Amino acid sequence: MYRYDETDRQIIMDRVAQFRGQTDRFLSGDLPEAEFLPLRLQNGLYVQRFAPMLRICIPYGMLSSPQLRRLARISRDYDKGYAHFTTRQNVQFNWPKLEDVPDILAELAEVEMHGVQTSGNCIRNTTTDQFAGVTDEEIVDPRPYCEIIRQWSTFHPEFAFLPRKFKIAVNACPDSDRAAIQVHDIGLQMIRNDAGELGFQVRVGGGLGRTPLIGSVIREFLPELDLLTYLDAILRVYNRYGRRDNKYKARIKILVKALGPEAFAEKVEAEWAHIKDSPARLTEAEIDRIKVHFSSPAYLTVEQIDTAAFEKAREENTFFGNWVNRNVTEHRVPGYAAVTLTLKKLGVPPGDVTDKQLDALASLCEQYSFGELRVTHEQNVVLADVRKDQLFDLWTAIKPLGFATPNLGTLTDMICCPGGDYCSLANAKSIPVAEALQARFDDLDYLYDLGPIDLNISGCMNACGHHHVGNIGVLGVDKKGEEWYQVSLGGASGQDADIGKILGPSFAREQMPEVIDRILQTYVDQRQGDETFLDTYRRIGINPFKERVYASAS
Amino acid sequence: MPLLLDSGQQTEDLWVVLPRSDTPADQTIPDGKVLIHLASWEAQRDELKDRASEIGVWLDSDDEPERLATEALSLPVLAVNFPVFSDGRGYSIARLIRERLGYTGDLLAIGDVLVDQLFYMKRCGINQFRLRSDQKTDAAVAALSTFSDSYQSSVEQPLPLFRRRPA
Ligand code: SF4
Repeated sequence: MYRYDETDRQIIMDRVAQFRGQTDRFLSGDLPEAEFLPLRLQNGLYVQRFAPMLRICIPYGMLSSPQLRRLARISRDYDKGYAHFTTRQNVQFNWPKLEDVPDILAELAEVEMHGVQTSGNCIRNTTTDQFAGVTDEEIVDPRPYCEIIRQWSTFHPEFAFLPRKFKIAVNACPDSDRAAIQVHDIGLQMIRNDAGELGFQVRVGGGLGRTPLIGSVIREFLPELDLLTYLDAILRVYNRYGRRDNKYKARIKILVKALGPEAFAEKVEAEWAHIKDSPARLTEAEIDRIKVHFSSPAYLTVEQIDTAAFEKAREENTFFGNWVNRNVTEHRVPGYAAVTLTLKKLGVPPGDVTDKQLDALASLCEQYSFGELRVTHEQNVVLADVRKDQLFDLWTAIKPLGFATPNLGTLTDMICCPGGDYCSLANAKSIPVAEALQARFDDLDYLYDLGPIDLNISGCMNACGHHHVGNIGVLGVDKKGEEWYQVSLGGASGQDADIGKILGPSFAREQMPEVIDRILQTYVDQRQGDETFLDTYRRIGINPFKERVYASAS
Repeated sequence: MPLLLDSGQQTEDLWVVLPRSDTPADQTIPDGKVLIHLASWEAQRDELKDRASEIGVWLDSDDEPERLATEALSLPVLAVNFPVFSDGRGYSIARLIRERLGYTGDLLAIGDVLVDQLFYMKRCGINQFRLRSDQKTDAAVAALSTFSDSYQSSVEQPLPLFRRRPA
């Protein structure tokens, strides 16, 4: 992963000093709350329902073991002993004290971490595939490009006060998309052109929230060296012309929609023509410099790895076999595998980890995966480089920690935002719904039989739980001061991204397990062959589901 | 309040800022050094020709800097208005005035100009700051050197860090 040099280190220390000064001025009354607000937001500090909340950036989801240990320590020293992995590959502390935040940021800076631009109307953390660099599906490792974007976007002088937040995602797999790039403000698909040159297909204006939209392609091929100047051009057009009069109409998707993608693209191209050959243009040397940070670790050869023992254990032990089938992913290097550790245990809010678990994760990644770990947008974590002959040991080690629930990709591997238990914007609680569903659908054989289903829950229209792109989406709504839930079907976030359709009138919380059960029964009754839930839905449409769910009193 | 310069020095603020007028052609331009809105200047520039050293033009955040005629670029002062500090359009406008139009005179920030935005304004090519009257000068001077280095290309330093990074 990327390691700071002296300049990077100095810049992040400067940031800590700046925020310390701003916090002092706020506490002494020199800086009014309204003017402190965007400054603290751009350092990750929110004020939530019960306490401040600090969102720490995990660039494109990568963490090292010293960073994990530092997060554990901070959660002990400044918080209540746990942290929360978010749906944007970041981590949050829910109870820090405002006056402690500069110290927390200083502790983070020591391990090359920060809360920079994790909130506020600026360019946020760039996200990508959690299997980047280890999957054989990709045409190139996207992480160096994410790092290049990170540096470009960090303290960009022109784009710190955009109309609204701005999120960029990168995908390098031609046939799959774990980064959900079609629902980002900018989605970059890495491709090769006919001449074999590397570049990006550029999509703009996707997003969730109140107006869910799939992004439009505004450029079929952008050569890699033109990445940053083109981003500058897009952001400049957005900064100048994006709406600032209404926060709900301020995202770039509204501008793209209002102008039309072609007219928007023309504006970007016109702007870009002026700057494409400026000194801001990326260089081969810089790409090479960054790539060195992402070179392969010292893998053993497949002959050095006893894969036979692994295959044997997999056959003999059904529990282990189930876990391997579900939670272990193929690796581009023979003899290795990528392992997803699930943070979705019954009774624990999705994405929550204790300080002890963070320390344990640090030791696990040191022992099994070259000291690095990745966070996924489904709120799980991945050890990306595990030797197959160590999988059994790893499985044995993570079971007691609660990381081995073999439900990856199934119904109970839900995405769920913090909701009304933690978030002041919520219409409804989301975690109790997730828990009720986990309790109702705890039969693994049934879950395996249902196959892959994305169930996503958001506590309000802000859609942090990505409910629009869940095959089954659940949205908390407020009905005369009461918490209700609206269900949508047919959303998808991958290559075939789609926005779900609303099933009908919303439900009370107690009804939710029964509602989901009826949806699943409809699928089971109607599916043909090995159709997935999404396949069946796309074939038969929403009506059969609607009829079943709303039949008699539910 | 004196004008703050990008060097951290201060200088007397001799400019009167004339507000935007609904009838720019008829707006009365007083004597002395005045900053007038782009529309007023466009409407009256022929009459103002002889006063070139006393007239500056300011742009609002919804103005198009591309509209500035070549003539405007020889004025001693241009200014960018920040109606509220969170309106970030002024940063793009300032860069365009410097980088696209090649303006080399003084570029002022006026309006809701606050300590914590000065560093970015400076990088976007603004070299004089008319701070909001409640802002503390010592904090403002310190804010001009918040970061020891920056990643991106800017007016101040066109070479992005990656073209300058020590090997
Ligand atoms: S979706 Fe709404 S309730 Fe959930 S975390 Fe986001 S803002 Fe809060």
